[in-house]
Parts: sequence; C-alpha cells; structure tokens
Amino acid sequence: MKVTNYIKIEFPSRSANEALARNVVACFAAQLDPTLQELGDIKTSVSEAVTNSIVHAYPNDIGRICMKCRLFEDRSIEISVKDWGRGIKDVEKAMEPLYTTGGDDRSGMGFPIMESFMDSLKVRSQPDKGTTVIMRKKIARKIVK
Amino acid sequence: MNISGDYREGKLTIVLSGELDHHAARRAMREIETQIDTYLPRECVLDFIKLQFMDSSGIALILKTYKRMKEVEGNLSVKNVPPQPMRVLDASGILRLIKIREAGK
Repeated sequence: MKVTNYIKIEFPSRSANEALARNVVACFAAQLDPTLQELGDIKTSVSEAVTNSIVHAYPNDIGRICMKCRLFEDRSIEISVKDWGRGIKDVEKAMEPLYTTGGDDRSGMGFPIMESFMDSLKVRSQPDKGTTVIMRKKIARKIVK
Repeated sequence: MNISGDYREGKLTIVLSGELDHHAARRAMREIETQIDTYLPRECVLDFIKLQFMDSSGIALILKTYKRMKEVEGNLSVKNVPPQPMRVLDASGILRLIKIREAGK
C-alpha cells in the first residue's frame, strides 16, 4: 500500500523522551483528523512502547531508540519503535497481562494496552540484539453533516 | 507532573496535575508516600481532575498507593478521572479493586 507521509526520529533512552515521543506522534497523526479517543489510544501505546525500551532494553545504560511513523493511503498509521538493547527471551510471556520483570513500579499492562488500543501489534526480539515493536491503527473517516 | 495535598478530618486529598508516565511516576509515588506517612489518613482520595495524560505507569502508582493505604488501615479512592486515563484504567481491570469515579460523575 502507498505510503503518503512518514517521519523518523532517534533519541537516547532517557525517560524525559517518553513525553517527546508520544507528542511527536500525536502531532504527526493529527493530519488524519483522529478523534480525541483515537489520539489518546495512539499516545498511550507509543508511551508504553518507548517506556519498555527505556526500562527493559537498556536497564543500566543509555542506548539508542529509533521511532518511525508512516501514514498509508487507507488512513492507517503505523508506528515502529526499535532498540538495540537486551531483547526479550520469551515474547509470548512478556505479552501476558500483569507479567513484568520491572518490579512494583511497573504494572505489566504495557503490551496488553498496546494490543487493545491499536488494531495490530507485532513484536520482534532477539536476546542481546534488540526489540522492534510495530503497531498499526486505522483512523475512521469522519462523516461531516 | 505537579502534586498537591490537602488534609482535613482524616481525609487526605491528593491532586495530580500534568502527565503521569514512567518519567513522572517515581517522584509522584515518593511524594504520595510522604503525605500518607505524614498524616496517616483514614481515607485517601487521588483527584485526577488536572491529569492531562496517563499510561500504565499510573496503574502501578494507584496499586502502590492502595497497598500503602492498606498498611495504614485506610481506604483509597480515585475521582474525577478524565476520558483518556479512564480508558487505561478500564483496560487494566483495576476497577474491580478500587473505587474509581469518572470526571463529571
């Protein structure tokens, strides 16, 4: 399918960049004229994906995170968040609700939220190589009366 | 993220303003724990009226506050939750455990 617009940004895994990442995506997604709920779902999902990289991919150091967003002609937005960190040994387990290795600071609801707020979610990971999360959501066309 | 507390007659109301994410959560939790330890309230209310954004870090924060209140034998509720944080709380199943009221309800 034809890509109608895209952005790519890279930033270090500092927690101050969580707000930056979700707000960049929100500005980019605005051209699809999403509802507040659609926009909120996208921002929340981006926040979860980027936080995962910051907390789990690079637990003891600062690493690189690359985020790409693409818009397609069918009004869907695809967001990928890639890191070169520790990776996930068991992706299926990591995606289970309430499962976390982050202690009581984390709820274990990151992946379940991305899954329920976006239309699709793909996670590719290799231990010590890194993780890529790709999620997609179609923005409904608004009917103007 | 900005946090302010108000204590009267056994009830501690904590207003969280701004964006509650992983970056903000640790300091917010410390601040909430300090307030609970200071007043040892019978009732703690988290007021989300000025919360502009919340991700799953907020779920962990509410659960930790809930546990802390149980330790001091008090209750926790959350009020004035705007639509975006409400969707996150809905997805988490936390509504079965803690009394949560949406904004305007």
